Amino acid sequence: MELVSRLLGGFFNLFEPLFRAGQRWLGFSRLGWLFVAPNLIVFGLFTFLPIVINFVYATTGGVKLYPFDRPFTGMENFGILFECRDYFDIRTCRKDVFWRAMINTAQFSVIQVTLMVGFSLVTALVLNRKIIGRGFWRGVFFYPVLLSPVVVALIWKWLLQTQGVFNAGLVAAGSTPVNWLTEAHWAFSWTVFVSIWAHMGFYTLILLAGLQAIPKEMYEAAEMDAAPPWRTLTRITLPLLMPNLIVVLVLAMIRAVQIFDEVYVLTGGGPGSATTFIVQFIYQTGFAEQIHLYGLAAAASLVLAIGLMALTIVQLRITKASSAGQRAR
Amino acid sequence: MLKFLTRTRGRSRLDWTDWLSYAYLFVGLFTMFAPIIWLVMSSFKTESAISLFPPTFLPYSQKSVEVQGHDKPLPLYLTKDAQGNVRPMAQVRRIGIMATMVDPASPGEEIRVNINDRKPINEITFALGNYTELFGKFNFERYLWNSVFITVVATLLTLLINSMAAFALSKYQFRGQKAVFMLIIATLMIPPTIILVPVFLVINTVGLLNSLWGVILPAIATPTGVFLLRQYMLTIPDELLEAARMDHASEWRIYWRIILPLAAPALAVLAIFSVMWRWNDFLLPLIVLSKSEYFTLQLALNSFQGELNTQWHYLLAMTVITLIPVTLVFAFLQKYITTGIASAGVK
Amino acid sequence: MRSALSLFALLALSSAAGAADVRVMCYQDGNECDVTAELAKRFEAQNPGTKVILDVVPYKTIVEQLPVQLAAGQGPDIARVTDLGGLSRYYLDITPNLKDARYWEANFGATLPWLRPTPSDKGIYGFMSQLTMTGPYVNKTLFEQAKVTLPGPKATWDEWIDATKRVARATQTPAAMAWDRSGHRFAGPAISHGAKIFDAKGELMLDDGYRTTVAKFVGWNKDGTMLKEVWAGSGGSTYADSIGEFKNARVVMVLSGSWQINRLQKDIGNAFDWVAVPNPCGPAACTGIPGGAAWVALKTAKSPKEAAMFLDFMAQEANYAEFAGRTNNIPAHAGLAKKGVNYAGATPAARAALTTFGSGVANLAPVAYQFQGYKFNRAIMLPTVTRVTQAIVGEMSVDEAIAKIAADMADAVRQAQK
Repeated sequence: MELVSRLLGGFFNLFEPLFRAGQRWLGFSRLGWLFVAPNLIVFGLFTFLPIVINFVYATTGGVKLYPFDRPFTGMENFGILFECRDYFDIRTCRKDVFWRAMINTAQFSVIQVTLMVGFSLVTALVLNRKIIGRGFWRGVFFYPVLLSPVVVALIWKWLLQTQGVFNAGLVAAGSTPVNWLTEAHWAFSWTVFVSIWAHMGFYTLILLAGLQAIPKEMYEAAEMDAAPPWRTLTRITLPLLMPNLIVVLVLAMIRAVQIFDEVYVLTGGGPGSATTFIVQFIYQTGFAEQIHLYGLAAAASLVLAIGLMALTIVQLRITKASSAGQRAR
Repeated sequence: MLKFLTRTRGRSRLDWTDWLSYAYLFVGLFTMFAPIIWLVMSSFKTESAISLFPPTFLPYSQKSVEVQGHDKPLPLYLTKDAQGNVRPMAQVRRIGIMATMVDPASPGEEIRVNINDRKPINEITFALGNYTELFGKFNFERYLWNSVFITVVATLLTLLINSMAAFALSKYQFRGQKAVFMLIIATLMIPPTIILVPVFLVINTVGLLNSLWGVILPAIATPTGVFLLRQYMLTIPDELLEAARMDHASEWRIYWRIILPLAAPALAVLAIFSVMWRWNDFLLPLIVLSKSEYFTLQLALNSFQGELNTQWHYLLAMTVITLIPVTLVFAFLQKYITTGIASAGVK
Repeated sequence: MRSALSLFALLALSSAAGAADVRVMCYQDGNECDVTAELAKRFEAQNPGTKVILDVVPYKTIVEQLPVQLAAGQGPDIARVTDLGGLSRYYLDITPNLKDARYWEANFGATLPWLRPTPSDKGIYGFMSQLTMTGPYVNKTLFEQAKVTLPGPKATWDEWIDATKRVARATQTPAAMAWDRSGHRFAGPAISHGAKIFDAKGELMLDDGYRTTVAKFVGWNKDGTMLKEVWAGSGGSTYADSIGEFKNARVVMVLSGSWQINRLQKDIGNAFDWVAVPNPCGPAACTGIPGGAAWVALKTAKSPKEAAMFLDFMAQEANYAEFAGRTNNIPAHAGLAKKGVNYAGATPAARAALTTFGSGVANLAPVAYQFQGYKFNRAIMLPTVTRVTQAIVGEMSVDEAIAKIAADMADAVRQAQK
């Protein structure tokens, strides 16, 4: 311990002169830049710059890695993505897998977020009650969140394989085994389930914290007015929980749209393209296919980013409107 | 039904809503933990036991017995012989669909039976070999070290620069401050996969490819971390800072001696998040590291998933091993993790 | 901290000794990298001051990561690769550093062109570590249990389908047959059914032969003859082999290749009898596709001279013979092909399989060689996997799948030529 505080002290002393000099040079108000600098440098180099490079990729063609070696093609990649003979039939599109991925992602996001937030809410409400060993139960739901996506996917792949324990149960119950991961609708349902299993604990905690922050007086007042439970839920609990709910919904939606790791290991995007989501499409186009179509992958990623931003804005507007509406009532 | 959702219930008397709650919790316990327990139990099975269908909970493996006249132990089967008697016999060899069996007690007489007339005799064995062979087969300590190194160093750096940035964004007013903050938050929208190839290019250009630092550095400027810490630091009273400034303390000293200690709970949460993210990080190491001595545990697990496609026994053992550190952290720090997230969320 | 220190120490040591490091990226189906490691030790003993560092990576890394690295100017000195034409622009000509280039021409002459970027090129870029051939394996024990006779060497695909179906029904095996999830495997039956793959100008095309094969294959998957999980269990063009299913006796017959012999020997052991059979016939041929992984020297080599020396060492007859004999691989070495290789550690089953594959080389159609050597063969192989899977799971009809394969193919080739 003594050694640690000595080391820390030493580290601190290293930088002090630097900052004193900075303070004198930059003046007090601009000192903030010095503090923000390391973060900004790393961020600029490894996040912002790649985004800019992505734009360059999206507007060039060919298969070379270095942006400057690539021939400029303007909006050609976007044209390829959006080229369809019949806009109502995906199969006539040139990049039909891209559109399938978009639709899959949209369906997945809506279903998964709704179900997951629903379960998280119910769980948080249950955990909010006077129960024995609340800390333990909280931990139970949170444990899968700590597991890596690869581990999660492997566990479930193991359970769901044709000769795995689920089918054993089915056979024991007298029915026939099901190819869980090679039937399109089952594979899709299982990706929804597995991602809920792996992530709901996190959102449960946020909602639980929100619930516990609601002062008890609110409930006591309601009880004194002999308010029916449904009323208490919708008039008191949910409105007060709204800020946390918004955070949860937005975060969950962002993460749902970006899902990749678990699904890639669990189903590989199969069967066919039933569980191919948009990030996997981008990864496959840019990395996994032998002829790397970096330009197309970059164009697809830009479409995704724009879509995601629009979605988040819409989501925030809707939830703000509904919570404002509720308060007005 | 909804009664129970809204209020905490009375003390000693347990009514049906409490039973329902506990039932829900137990179902939750089963759903969350059963797959993991099944994983651990299966990781102790031998390769042949794993492909048994229907699978058993406990790990079984076929019994074998030493028989006089044969140097290797022979597998034991419950065999039905020509007279219809069923007795345990050892198999000498199998050719086609006929197996040659001997009674271990009288090794001289051999009988030949159809392979359908014999059933293996199993006993409970924990195939610890799955684990020990892993250490021999794959450079396990190396992968473990790489994962630990990356996690620890990355977490320390993340805490440092994120707290510095959060300090600046919460306690200072400077031009462009809002823009910087918005920019950082906006990148939450960008899934890392999208900028995979450009990130690879940048990492390559600065010469950090195939280096653990190439995995550590790109992700230390986390937007979530800055956001979290900033929210917390906003609640630190400015008077403390003013007082220190009047005592001619430098800003760095204020940051180091006042802000950081006060922000400890939020720092703890960020540290726990960072450990979790870095330990489980998959995509960034995937594109940066291709020399096997730099592989992390997650990379090794994924790579061997493709290769050992059907060697589930090694795969399961490796999965369990990758689980253990996280489980330990969880067991010890559970209270801090869950209360930390709660308080950070509330603020 | 420790790694930085040890790296520093390593650098200090290496610069002091003046050592040259040859970095080799290797993947193995069986034990190829393990055997290479031993050969490397012998090389190091013969050449003090040179160290060979062997990186054993999964096949996926060679396929997905290595090309991106090479494009970025990073990479090992030597790699064991399978996309011979696709990576050819990164190969390093080692002719100036070889002891005897004529030895190479004499013994590897037939396959050296596969590594050359252009037909007129005369450089030596490496050598084939093995000659492989795609072909089927059959679970003989199941045939015996079902009391069905094995079809003969000139049997057609339809006859094999029929026989394996009967066996599967009699023995309650989940499926009769499975093919590796690979366009490379698919090409063999396609060519046997009359696909010409290349048009008059030497460019890729899909003709009736290919179409028929796709239709038949999709039909077999849909009616349960083929084990659906192999192709339908993944998305995109991810590779998946069927040996796992074969090993667990879930299929009677698989279409895989000769590089699996070692793995089959080790994993199946005595569980059942397995044999390699000659490629079934179609109307046009009874062919598989030749191939193999090659050791190539790369332009990113930090020690090009030593890398060339190591390749030269491994290409010597005695060393190559040892490699082939211990890994149960067919040698690509003309001298050894004539003399024969001593497969010391091979079980009788493995030896028989090697003989079957070896003699099958004579039945390879010329188109098959052309297909293997074509630089952009991935352009037809990968979309085939993706689209045929989509047809199998019902996302599109067979005709639509064919049209999409053609479209994807054209797109990829166009971009690759930009």
